[in-house]
Amino acid sequence: MSDIAEKVKKIVVEHLGVDEDKVTETASFIDDLGADSLDTVELVMAFEEEFGIEIPDDAAEKIQTVKDAIDFISANS
Amino acid sequence: MFNLEGKKALITGATGGIGAAIARALHSAGAEVIISGTRAAKLEELKNELGDRVHVVPANLSERESVDALIKDAQAVAGTIDILVNNAGITRDNLAMRMKEDEWDSVMQVNLETAFRLSKGLMRGMMKSRWGRIVNITSIVGVTGNPGQANYAASKAGMIGMSKSLAQEVASRGLTVNCVAPGFIVTPMTDELNDDQKAAITTNIPSGKLGTPEDIAAAVLYLASDEGGYVTGQTLHVNGGMAMI
Repeated sequence: MSDIAEKVKKIVVEHLGVDEDKVTETASFIDDLGADSLDTVELVMAFEEEFGIEIPDDAAEKIQTVKDAIDFISANS
Repeated sequence: MFNLEGKKALITGATGGIGAAIARALHSAGAEVIISGTRAAKLEELKNELGDRVHVVPANLSERESVDALIKDAQAVAGTIDILVNNAGITRDNLAMRMKEDEWDSVMQVNLETAFRLSKGLMRGMMKSRWGRIVNITSIVGVTGNPGQANYAASKAGMIGMSKSLAQEVASRGLTVNCVAPGFIVTPMTDELNDDQKAAITTNIPSGKLGTPEDIAAAVLYLASDEGGYVTGQTLHVNGGMAMI
């Protein structure tokens, strides 16, 4: 697993308080991991900080799954 | 009660009568205050009066770039802002039949849009620290309406709806968003009324007098405090009983 993927999963586990094995790449933050819309805003904030990047609003709206986050961060960091 | 030590508060329109009183009240409760307004000299005067824990960040909120710059500059001088008081406001009164487009636009932009943009920009830090207070200074006329003020009343009513929506969005993160609605307060804005108008107004105020900027500042202080933390999405009317809503 890439370094980015590992860090993303760690942030998701910490932030949403979910079991690590539930945080698969295809897991949707809202549908599978119990996040509400504000949680997803905060997740994006946490990603921005961890990876030192800026995720614009229109890109942030498309980040719905763990994989979406990993892909965006991999392409932009 | 109402100890704001360690908290940082941004007050817009701090050169005005009400804004300066709010800055004084929050500062005397221990907050570090960032005072903003269009008149740099007036802000410096207030800074000199207050002493320590004061930053001056001039901004002309009728320009959109200025709003973005204010968010950046305020955070640059003070770090995360804990308390935002959207107090800056303008009037461009005219009968609706005579109202020009720019009279409508400028009032909506400065009074309503700026409040939203500042809230949006500063909420991030508040969400992270799980504590934040946004207090929007609206007006009695946002609830009652007032002839000649379709633009102003709409912008102030808009603030109330916006505050209720924001309050619901961020309540779970320890942020509150409330409004304070002044009635008639002694300020340069109400000084423009003539004596007959003032007398007519006073007869409609059960308290029999105009309010003071300090009356408004006290309400803001309460809503900005830890003690006010269970109050959100509300509009606190401070109007001597002129309208009981």
